Amino acid sequence: MTLMEFFGCSFIAFGPAFALFIFTISRDPLRVIVLIASAFFWLLALLISSILWYAVVPLRKELAFGLVFSVIFQELFRYLFYKILRKADDGLKKVSQTGQDMHVAPRDMTNKHIMSYVSGLGYGIMCGAFSLINVLADMAGPGTIGIYGDSQYFFVSSAVLTLCFILLHTFWGVIFFDAWDQKKYYMIGVVVASHMLVSCLTLLNQRTESRPDPVYLASIIPAYIVMFVMGFLAFVTAGGTYDNLKRSFTCLSSRKYEID
Amino acid sequence: MSTHLVNTDDSDLVETERTPLMDAHAAHSGKRKVIREDYEDLERNRQTSEENGTVDTVPGNRADTTQRQSREPAGPARRRGTSGEHEDEEEETLLYGAKHVIMLFVPVTLCMAVVVATVSSVTFYTKKTGYLIYTPFHDADKADASTGTKVWQSLANAGILLAVIAVMTIVLLVLYKYRCYKVIHGWLIASSLMLLFLFSYIYLGVVLQAYNVPMDYITVALLMWNFGVVGMICIHWKGPLLLQQAYLIVISALMSLIFIKYLPDWTTWVVLGVMVIWDLVAVLCPKGPLRVLVETAQERNEPIFPALIYSSTMVWSVVGMADNGATPRDNQIVTVGDNDEDYGFGEQRERPRLRPDGLSTSSTESQRARNAVAVLGHGEEQESREQQPRQTQNRRSQQNEEDEEERGVKLGLGDFIFYGGLCFTLLLLAIFRKALPALPISITFGLIFNFATRELVRPFMDSLASEQVYV
Repeated sequence: MTLMEFFGCSFIAFGPAFALFIFTISRDPLRVIVLIASAFFWLLALLISSILWYAVVPLRKELAFGLVFSVIFQELFRYLFYKILRKADDGLKKVSQTGQDMHVAPRDMTNKHIMSYVSGLGYGIMCGAFSLINVLADMAGPGTIGIYGDSQYFFVSSAVLTLCFILLHTFWGVIFFDAWDQKKYYMIGVVVASHMLVSCLTLLNQRTESRPDPVYLASIIPAYIVMFVMGFLAFVTAGGTYDNLKRSFTCLSSRKYEID
Repeated sequence: MSTHLVNTDDSDLVETERTPLMDAHAAHSGKRKVIREDYEDLERNRQTSEENGTVDTVPGNRADTTQRQSREPAGPARRRGTSGEHEDEEEETLLYGAKHVIMLFVPVTLCMAVVVATVSSVTFYTKKTGYLIYTPFHDADKADASTGTKVWQSLANAGILLAVIAVMTIVLLVLYKYRCYKVIHGWLIASSLMLLFLFSYIYLGVVLQAYNVPMDYITVALLMWNFGVVGMICIHWKGPLLLQQAYLIVISALMSLIFIKYLPDWTTWVVLGVMVIWDLVAVLCPKGPLRVLVETAQERNEPIFPALIYSSTMVWSVVGMADNGATPRDNQIVTVGDNDEDYGFGEQRERPRLRPDGLSTSSTESQRARNAVAVLGHGEEQESREQQPRQTQNRRSQQNEEDEEERGVKLGLGDFIFYGGLCFTLLLLAIFRKALPALPISITFGLIFNFATRELVRPFMDSLASEQVYV
């Protein structure tokens, strides 16, 4: 039972990210590198925020404090990574020109959204891994949760929220990078604000004395709404329209739309 | 512990040989074309090795090599470098660096998986029942050890290990200087034998014990014989690429388990830190042993023996070796470093055979491509043909990288950070267009993160996860 729960929750949380990785990234060394480097930047952000959280002793119990600053640091590091990626552009362009000859064109470079998507996904995967791995480790057994009156939805809701965050980070990556490229600064505001909003919403999952049983739906439903909005924004940002979406599903056109 | 050549790759030392070589091949064909050929070569190699899983596909490349060689008279006269080639080199570093890093991911991940699975299911490797004789101080592992004790004892242990390694490197240098190749050969054979038979035998015993599986000696003997003999053949002679890789992964995993078991906890970390410094010194100092080695090889106009470069890694096993005489239990440790020697051995043995072939100046391009492939396979066929210093240098650095990575894993280093560090270095490479020492960067990150995670990140993430708060 615990094992089933373990696998179920891991697939809920990481299934989509894994599929994206396999189908769009794993074939291309350059993308793998960018993915891992961006994940590394998320780690750096986490390190900074935990240092801050650890240093401010009186507020250690108040997760809201650590959370707010963590979000700020994450966005800061996303910006840093954006800067680094754009700096590395020339070098990467060379690599992709020499290395991508087998593919049709060095599209990684002509289409900037690919790299933003890749780095967003890297961010998300790392974030998801760090938030869920410990829970997953407990999930595998021998015991399970809920016997002493705790919510039995703990694991499932964790997995679902993790999935939401992974996808959110991916979309944020696309929107954020494009916003800097196009100098659409309000979109940066949108990204930061929505990140803050969703993260703060998850504070509702905390158990307090007045609210012993957390209402997971209160955080999950808005988070997913934000996620779909962000997904739509990212889709539009990357040049998606209703028309080419339709064509990608019906496969009628001669031109194939694939990320590669 | 031979990170060295990653650094060498970048240092001026190599510059002297790289630049001319670049010139040599830039002279005969357009840059783009060269790279392109390379890449195709690489792809072909990779595909064939994936599909057939054999090294036997290489003869095609061999023909390729000779053919190219004929149209590329790489005489010394042509090897006068010009500074204009620098940029091209850097591009290549980047391109191949990217590929290598990716190619390293799979084996290292597999190795890690084996180690983690073993450590979490078999208690034998986490119980401290003995220590390497070179790490005599192990009060630090006791529960009540003070921080001061921990610090000085691990420093002392690491210092002793470092001294032994330094001495052994110098011994090897001397052996090489006086051309005692036979000694090196014999020793490599002996150690790989021990590794494949004895060490895996112990591992098998431990695993069977852990899962409470009875097995009779006849079966065990049969298994061990087959495992060992196939391993020897694969590593020293030839075999399917996939099998070679599998053996190397298994061996690295076994090695890392031994490190986990027999090094005091804190020493492991200090050793890692010290090794970074040692690598830098050995390679970059004007009189650093490895640098001297490289220069000697150049003077003799020989290809630098990969085996000898590996020797610096070999020293690890020397450490074990000497041990082995001391306590019977430590027999296992003996074989610890051998992993690395094995490749070295293969290469070295292959060499005399090749010399007569007249392939000593094989072409740069396909070699480089092959390097990339060889990184994983360490196929002798491929490596043996790398006669030009530059290639050797290149590939060696990559192999060292791999060693180092796997050692990092062995020592329980935060693996992801390692990849992260490597990838980050690559990005930096793309920015600065200048070769950077990858390993010190990644190891430094690894060390920082390991401790930071333990003390800072984990409590933070724990409290977040238990409250289901997402950042």
